[in-house]
Amino acid sequence: MLTRVRPTILSVLRNEDLKEMLESNKESLKLEAMKRVVGLIAKGKNASELFPAVVKNVANKNIELKKLVYVYLVRYAEEQQDLALLSISTFQRALKDPNQFIRASALRVLSSIRVPIIVPIMMLAIKESAADMSPYVRKTSAHAIQKLYSLDPDQKEQLIEVIEKLLKDKSTLVAGSVVMAFEEVCPDRIDLIHKNYRKLCNLLVDVEEWGQVVIISMLTRYARTQFISPWKESGDATSFSQSLSEKKDQMEAKTYIMDPDHRLLLRNTKPLLQSRNTAVVMSVAQLYWHLAPKHEVTIVTKSLVRLLRSHREVQYIVLQNIATMSIQRKGMFEPFMKSFYVRSTDSTHIKTLKLEILTNLANEANISTILREFQTYVKSQDKAFAAATIQAIGRCATNISEVTDTCLNGLVLLLSNRDETVVAESVVVIKKLLQTQPTQHSEIIKHMAKLFDNITVPMARASILWLMGEYCERVPKIAPDVLRKMAKTFTAEEDIVKLQIVNLAAKLYLTNSKQTKLLTQYILNLGKYDQNYDIRDRTRFIRQLIVPSEKSGALNKYARRILLAPKPAPVLESAFKDRDRYQLGTLSHSLNTKASGYQELSDWPAVAPDQSVRNVEVIEPVRNLPSSPTSYHRYNSYMPDSTVTQRCYSKSGSESEEESSEESEKTSSDSGKSSSGSEQESSSESESQQKKKKKTKKAPQKKSKPAAADRYSEIPPVRWTLRASFFFPVNLACPDVTTPSFGPVKTYELLHHMTGKGLSAKYHFPRQPCLYQPSMVAVQVVLTNSSDHSLEEIHIGDRNPASLNLHCFNTIERLEPEASVTVSMGIDFSDSTQAANFQLCTKDDQFSVSIQPAVGELFMPITMTEQDFSKEQGKLLGMNETSETIAMATANTSSQAISKQVLSVANVGVVSSTQNDIHRFAGRTVSSGALVLVSLEMKESSSALLTINTEKSVMASMLLRDLKQALAQA
Amino acid sequence: MIHSLFLVNASGDIFLEKHWKSVVSRSVCDYFFEAQERATEPENVPPVIPTPHHYLISVLRHRIYFVAVIQSEVPPLFVIEFLHRVVDTFQDYFGVCTEAAIKDNVVVVYELLEEMLDNGFPLATESNILKELIKPPTILRTMVNTITGSTNVGEQLPTGQLSVVPWRRTGVKYTNNEAYFDVVEEIDAIIDKSGSTITAEIQGVIDACVKLTGMPDLTLSFMNPRLLDDVSFHPCVRFKRWEAERILSFIPPDGNFRLLSYHVSSQNLVAIPVYVKHNISFREGSSQGRFDLTLGPKQTMGKAVESVLVSSQLPRGVLNANLNPSQGTYTFDPVTKMLTWDVGKINPQKLPSLKGTMSLQAGASKPDENPTINIQLKIQQMAISGLKVNRLDMYGEKYKPFKGIKYMTKAGKFQVRT
Repeated sequence: MLTRVRPTILSVLRNEDLKEMLESNKESLKLEAMKRVVGLIAKGKNASELFPAVVKNVANKNIELKKLVYVYLVRYAEEQQDLALLSISTFQRALKDPNQFIRASALRVLSSIRVPIIVPIMMLAIKESAADMSPYVRKTSAHAIQKLYSLDPDQKEQLIEVIEKLLKDKSTLVAGSVVMAFEEVCPDRIDLIHKNYRKLCNLLVDVEEWGQVVIISMLTRYARTQFISPWKESGDATSFSQSLSEKKDQMEAKTYIMDPDHRLLLRNTKPLLQSRNTAVVMSVAQLYWHLAPKHEVTIVTKSLVRLLRSHREVQYIVLQNIATMSIQRKGMFEPFMKSFYVRSTDSTHIKTLKLEILTNLANEANISTILREFQTYVKSQDKAFAAATIQAIGRCATNISEVTDTCLNGLVLLLSNRDETVVAESVVVIKKLLQTQPTQHSEIIKHMAKLFDNITVPMARASILWLMGEYCERVPKIAPDVLRKMAKTFTAEEDIVKLQIVNLAAKLYLTNSKQTKLLTQYILNLGKYDQNYDIRDRTRFIRQLIVPSEKSGALNKYARRILLAPKPAPVLESAFKDRDRYQLGTLSHSLNTKASGYQELSDWPAVAPDQSVRNVEVIEPVRNLPSSPTSYHRYNSYMPDSTVTQRCYSKSGSESEEESSEESEKTSSDSGKSSSGSEQESSSESESQQKKKKKTKKAPQKKSKPAAADRYSEIPPVRWTLRASFFFPVNLACPDVTTPSFGPVKTYELLHHMTGKGLSAKYHFPRQPCLYQPSMVAVQVVLTNSSDHSLEEIHIGDRNPASLNLHCFNTIERLEPEASVTVSMGIDFSDSTQAANFQLCTKDDQFSVSIQPAVGELFMPITMTEQDFSKEQGKLLGMNETSETIAMATANTSSQAISKQVLSVANVGVVSSTQNDIHRFAGRTVSSGALVLVSLEMKESSSALLTINTEKSVMASMLLRDLKQALAQA
Repeated sequence: MIHSLFLVNASGDIFLEKHWKSVVSRSVCDYFFEAQERATEPENVPPVIPTPHHYLISVLRHRIYFVAVIQSEVPPLFVIEFLHRVVDTFQDYFGVCTEAAIKDNVVVVYELLEEMLDNGFPLATESNILKELIKPPTILRTMVNTITGSTNVGEQLPTGQLSVVPWRRTGVKYTNNEAYFDVVEEIDAIIDKSGSTITAEIQGVIDACVKLTGMPDLTLSFMNPRLLDDVSFHPCVRFKRWEAERILSFIPPDGNFRLLSYHVSSQNLVAIPVYVKHNISFREGSSQGRFDLTLGPKQTMGKAVESVLVSSQLPRGVLNANLNPSQGTYTFDPVTKMLTWDVGKINPQKLPSLKGTMSLQAGASKPDENPTINIQLKIQQMAISGLKVNRLDMYGEKYKPFKGIKYMTKAGKFQVRT
């Protein structure tokens, strides 16, 4: 009693302490207490008593404390529903927080609290977050959908609406999560996928790896319902009788043309075979297995074999899948046969799977190699594995008739093995083999009879007895003798052996009753009083069957035909034979039973459903500039063509020249397209030119461009148009903007040549998206040398504030007198007009300079429809709206003039308008991506109402001032 | 997807549990313990175990079982890969992934697990993102935190989450800019009794340690890229560029990462660096066995073979071994029957050998199989396939980084059958 009470007293005390700490005023104490509480939860101890004390801290400012409270809440809210409600308002408030991370974590916790009362609140939060500006919050809302669905399945219809909306999302961040939600909530609503199919295929490479797995398995299912079979031999096994329809099939197969969407899926998943994530590789492999034309499936082989190098658990799953595949398609894995050789360090289930695969791969050509390998395995110290090998040999022997005799002889040799399990397994396998061709093997049976006394494993003894009985006419002298021995030891045998003794006795009685009549009766009498009722039953049955009496009647005549009927040989087949009814790579496949929630893969439709459902007509406005179009992998192939990078590529080439010149000289000969060679020539050429002519640097620079471009000559010119659409998505989509935004650019002075000791610098904003980072503003600086000597090592030195995020240009080694050079920089102003201060250095001097951006340069134009504009404007009211009535200069009343003036001030895009008197412009701040909406409503007598809607109210008022000034000027 | 996670140590205690959905009672692990009891070796526990209401998927690393509880259909590799990623993250954070380390850092572990999965679906697994969210514990930081009351937990959304290069954090700064690449190749081979090669292949990886300021864009090219037959990349590598030009072009993550793993095409003959002369025999009826092993260098291209370690599982009948090594030390564990011989460096002039007798159980019959010999070795400054990095260039940043490339060859699963 005492011992049981003590711990509870202790824990009460501990809880009291913790409660006190949680309720204290000191942050550090609270945090310490929460850490201990989390420690308790981790150990699985009950800490629910502390709920009231913990929940009070939910609104604490300390982020770590808050997170730990969240952990606690999610764990215990289900048990303490009433108290949990106290925290809800905090989350609701946090859902409106300007920090996207706070919004997302609030939604995460709110949706993880499994309290049915708050279902409506959750629903509302999910709907709002699904339309959030931040893709991260939208991703979180996709996760929340699943949580709400598991809490209250009645919300299904509403949730499907949200899923439908999120499926349209173009962000790679959201794609994986929303497809997961789709799979969980409404996997049967294939119709929702149609319009998004192509988009998903195209985004796939850039989606994070876990999302890729989910999307690929969903698309596999989708494709099986929407496309017709690419397999020419479709239905070969199913309809032999219907030769007519088969012919029809062949006709169709000849004219088969793959749906371009089907091809798109196969093409876009192929690169993922190179993923480091084994789950992704496996899912692509299963996609190819289930969807690709037969001859294309082989491309997955190499990658699957590569996975065998991974952890033990990965090997296990991959080998299972290969085992299933290798039954149907031997050729796929045959070249890699040696990868499945067993090593002594493999764990037992890996060994068995490898054996399975080797057996599946065996054919006439390679059987001798495989059998030699098997011989080594039979000697293995792992006896279970040795036994499995013997079975494998048996399977090879039945499958390949050429080696049956060799295998049999080999197995007979094993009968003299010292290990019982090996011998027993050999006997069992020999028995099966003999059954398939019993004619010429009486020698083997005799041999086994001789060994009989030494074999103790019941199964093996039973097998030998069965063989004796079955072929007793072939060994007429030995069989009765064996029976005689067995009669002596009958009582000491195992049940399974006893049954076979009775069997043998019965068969001998029928064929050779003269010699065995008495023996049989003796055995039957022993069996009659056996302890096991199965044996008693069998004895009674056999006696009635074979010994003629009045009661037995007609059955007696047929005893011989019943007992000695020719028996069909057992078929030795793979345990993986029927596993292909499950989709590869699934849990169900691995377990060979249907797991809950398993989605059947449907058969190919006979007639392809309507293809046009996947057509997308409406080109929707680009909503998320920072995340969606700047796809990394697509981005890369265009990057080398851009003028800016060209410059730094050629620069760095000459820079690295000294260190690598020796090496590159050597290598340029053997690697034809090695860039260094050509680059080096051009840059050294340009240097000599500089020396001779002392001209401006512009000429040699132009020279170096084609040299750099040479390296990428493989890239077809088509890319140029693609590139353009990437860098100027806005301008292409909305031609209105193109002209003004390329209008005269204002140039500002960075460094005067008097203060710069001859070095002068000017800068302007090219108004292009920055290459280096999307949050940076691109700045172009023109450096000119106005002195009479050349300047060396021009570069950027210290910056102020030190945290300033700046992308420097590459060091300019040398600038000749009167020469000038244009360089690009990127500066992250973090949406403020605070000046970026840094030092411009030459070899000898340092000059402090600063770039102060006009507020209008901190924007990026975006395209929008008028409806979207009004919708977004509707969301940014109240605090987020700044407006003023302004006076307009008379010259500025035409819409063209207004656009020109506004665009000269701010880098925004024109929104095409149906109303003549309202002009709209839309943009986004570069760093945080906040929307900025400018609208100008013309009033009578050259006055107008200027309204700016944005979250960034400081920027709004500054922009308002600038615009007011510009519009008032003529 | 993943419902709960239990961490089980070698002695079968659950020392940590974490639930992402409703709480699953820890009694579900009883099915796991049952399977564990049935398995003779720790490695023989099946990775997937069905129970009446759940499925248990487990991985074994560092003698800890990570048991995930699943309720419905999910690709098993998805879970396995994720669990391994969890272990890698722990290792990255705490240096080692042991029971003690996890218990000491239980709060950080919990915070990490909370960020890695949301509702059982992976949310952030990229090490660079996690490190921005939760800073790894160091002694200095713990002290500073206790004094100033600041926390280990980030308040902002990690920049990587929204960027097109999610694996790299922004604002990276180093005073010494360095990039190191280790080309490590492993030979997997099975050598048969007579010394001929049954199967041999080379698998390689390039591990990188990149400490570079800003957003460097690196390209790495090989002298002989054709050697690489099958490759898998870190997500940062631009696949199209590789397809077209066989150049690795990438913006690297910050810190340590595996850039590439590859398989050398099987057409090339694999050089086997060592040979083994062995004579292990048991005589019928006698309680003695002879053991004689000599190692020698074979195709090493003039490089020294170092850190050689020979191990062999002797037959169960062997009671003890009385051996005499010409160099190095050997140990024999009479319980597991494991013989290990730490050879060290092979001197071609004086070949290392291990000779002596084994005593067998009296009356036991002669073991019918000779033991397999596993060999580990290292060869510095050489990649056995002949792979060579041509050059490494950096674009996008102006400083000159220090670049280093190291080659090494190891024996992977190198077995000699006797």
